[in-house]
Amino acid sequence: MNDFLRNIIRLAAFILIQVYVLNKIPHLHRFITPYLYYLFLLWLPFSISRMWLLIIGFLTGLILDYFMMTPGLHAAACLLIAYVRPFVINVLTPKDSSELNFREPSPSAMQWAPYAVYVLVLTLLHHGYMVFLEVLDFGSFLDFLIKVVTTTGISMLLILTVELLFPRNLKFRTNKA
Amino acid sequence: MRNIFLFIRRYRLFFTFLLLQVVSLWFLFNYNRFHRAKFLGIANEMTGRINSQYNKVEDFFALREENRRVHQMNDSLLNLLPKNFIRRDTSVQVIQDSVVYDTSGLYRRYYSRPAMVVYNTINDQKNYIQINRGANQGIKDNMAVVSSDGSVVGVVVSVSANFSQVMSLLHVQNSVSATLKKTGEFGTAEWDGKDPRYLTLKRIPKTVEVKNGDTVLTSSVSYNFPPGYFVGTIAGIKLDNTTGMYLLKVKTAANFYSLQQVFVIENMERSEQIKLFEETKKKIEQIKKGNR
Repeated sequence: MNDFLRNIIRLAAFILIQVYVLNKIPHLHRFITPYLYYLFLLWLPFSISRMWLLIIGFLTGLILDYFMMTPGLHAAACLLIAYVRPFVINVLTPKDSSELNFREPSPSAMQWAPYAVYVLVLTLLHHGYMVFLEVLDFGSFLDFLIKVVTTTGISMLLILTVELLFPRNLKFRTNKA
Repeated sequence: MRNIFLFIRRYRLFFTFLLLQVVSLWFLFNYNRFHRAKFLGIANEMTGRINSQYNKVEDFFALREENRRVHQMNDSLLNLLPKNFIRRDTSVQVIQDSVVYDTSGLYRRYYSRPAMVVYNTINDQKNYIQINRGANQGIKDNMAVVSSDGSVVGVVVSVSANFSQVMSLLHVQNSVSATLKKTGEFGTAEWDGKDPRYLTLKRIPKTVEVKNGDTVLTSSVSYNFPPGYFVGTIAGIKLDNTTGMYLLKVKTAANFYSLQQVFVIENMERSEQIKLFEETKKKIEQIKKGNR
């Protein structure tokens, strides 16, 4: 399956799971909404151009926004992590080895610790920015902090569970090609 | 000028980021006033389609609860029907009995209670239905049971504290006084124990004009059933030459395969009627004896 088709299917799956499962299940608390859909952006290939990354990020957020009737909210947050993603990857991976051998970020491509940091940084950015935009209208600073921390915790838990449950194929790039 | 273009070119990623960020924030903060009307139309159509597909599945799980609500609503309406009430002739009335008196001058004759079928068979010769209401909820023997669309189901035959046993129409000993809606002749609807979809309506004289598809209702001469509840429609006409009566095949209105919610209807004057009947019988016996 080529990259394009696979990512289209992934996008649909993540959006549907987010809209019809994670947003529907009774929330643990009014602060905690489990978010998973942006894992789609974290899983995009290393080789994707930064311009495309921005556009895809924006569209992903916008699609979710239209389901949740909050146009712009998730789009802005996704756009932010799409913009920051290449910098984080550059810092966390030794340049030569992994980018050549693996197609996309995964625990096996980056080692568990750097991958966890990569996910944590982008999750914090996504939730922080999104909650910040939500809180602009109402809410206190304490609410903001609690919400960012709790949603980030739940999202990290979800993402690590997904990584453990669905290990992706390693996809070594051969020398012949 | 050239330098400006070079500058933009060099930082085009950052500018794209800023531009899209502004667009999304503009979406966000103009949503209420402007956005809803203009852009949301098409997107709404798309997400609405997907949502309605999802809802089809989701609604399925809520059906039971929804069904219960509708049934309760039906119950409250059923109790308001004018045929539950009778007008007493007050000019000759002497005794005020315990029957519920309505402020509009009407006496309540029938009272219905909702119930749910917990057990049901259709394959035996003698089919019983168990419902989840019993003596504690005011159910007594001989109350009529109709399904949620008002079609006749059976009669309560035994009652425990919280459950009662209903003799279904599909019981070989069951006989319900039924009438043809069009002409008003009385007959008796019975079951021959063979096909759970059809009853037999007996004792309709052959002088009556009967057609397939005619409606059969409960009659007004039954102690148990209120008049005008749907028994079924005529599905076959046969003449019994020995008696000169019709043997009418009646398709049951209630679907016994999928009974879920039912109403139990009480005739509040039944004991009085029965008592009168018994006393009459006794009197006739005495007269007979006296004559001898």
